[in-house]
Amino acid sequence: MMAEIQLIEIKEEILSDNKKEAENLRKLLKDRKTFLLNLMSSPGAGKTTLILKTIERLKDRLRIGVLEADIDSVVDAEKVAKVGIPAVQIRTGGFCHLDASMVMRGLDAFDLSSLDLVIIENVGNLVCPAEFDTGAIRNAMILSVPEGDDKPLKYPLMFSVCDVLLVNKVDYLDMSDFDMQALYARVRTLNPKISIIETSSKTGQGIDAWSEWLEREVKAFFA
Amino acid sequence: MHELPVIQSILNIIVKHASMHRVKKVHSIGLSVGTLSDLEEEWMQKYFDHLSAGSVAEGARLRIEWVPAVLSCEECGNRFELDKTRMDGITCPACGKKKFSLVSGREYHIKDMEAE
Ligand SMILES: Nc1nc2c(ncn2[C@@H]2O[C@H](COP(=O)(O)OP(=O)(O)O)[C@@H](O)[C@H]2O)c(=O)[nH]1
Ligand SMILES: [Mg+2]
Ligand SMILES: [Zn+2]
Repeated sequence: MMAEIQLIEIKEEILSDNKKEAENLRKLLKDRKTFLLNLMSSPGAGKTTLILKTIERLKDRLRIGVLEADIDSVVDAEKVAKVGIPAVQIRTGGFCHLDASMVMRGLDAFDLSSLDLVIIENVGNLVCPAEFDTGAIRNAMILSVPEGDDKPLKYPLMFSVCDVLLVNKVDYLDMSDFDMQALYARVRTLNPKISIIETSSKTGQGIDAWSEWLEREVKAFFA
Repeated sequence: MHELPVIQSILNIIVKHASMHRVKKVHSIGLSVGTLSDLEEEWMQKYFDHLSAGSVAEGARLRIEWVPAVLSCEECGNRFELDKTRMDGITCPACGKKKFSLVSGREYHIKDMEAE
């Protein structure tokens, strides 16, 4: 007898395992009262520098930890550890993104109940991290001026999953034809609710506004 | 770039359903994927062929339905497709307003499989 080919309905989310893991992580964070921020950008946009500035502003008011995922390098974690903040390096083994279970394992190295805020420096890449929920409470991305104002056209998913966009290296604006108005329009088309903050880690512009945004979100999470 | 973990996830789900339904061979898999995702059909199939070797889904074909990115006007509710190449002065074709939410384009589902 010939076996018959049948059509079997499945209806499952492809990354459902990761989604579940991310939800579990968010429950744990709520429980331990630890806010998790996922920071994403292209390589060199200014993640590490911004994290160091943020620590400077907030370390007296929040107990901060950093989860580093820069591809197979301990340099960034060392920079952070130098300023007296607990930092854990996640070995991504050349992976292009972090998923929730990798973050969960990374957080194991911290005593979460003694931390208010953990910042993830995600792998430098605008494609893959957008696809994987890390379990973070908020997603932030940095776009630096030298990368150009047309990035939302090329990486729409990244811009649509973020809660806040930092337009960094604005000290380069005078030297470029970056069109800030066009950028805002493109980003808001994809994501009308996103907050946009213009920053420069060099001049310090916008760092206060960014730190205030972050502290507000952390406090709201604790409330 | 991240086809590998995505395909691994698809394969895990397929293998689970194959054993639930006691099928011996999966012929094809129906997926629906939003156009905002960066997956490439050709690479997905290549990775799938590689990962599924020796499993119940070896040789299965991926049938991918690409779901367009659709915006909904926050003002009047009109829905229209996002043209990624002309994202600058987007206004609602019905009322001319400029506030939207994304209704589709981020799909990532397995719909069904053909198996025996
Ligand atoms: N001019 C300027 N340079 C910056 C700014 N932020 C970061 N940089 C520089 O850009 C380079 C990459 O920054 P880094 O924080 O390592 O980027 P990451 O790869 O995203 O972590 C470093 O040389 C920084 O000093 C900025 O706002 N303005
Ligand atoms: Mg870095
Ligand atoms: Zn309208």
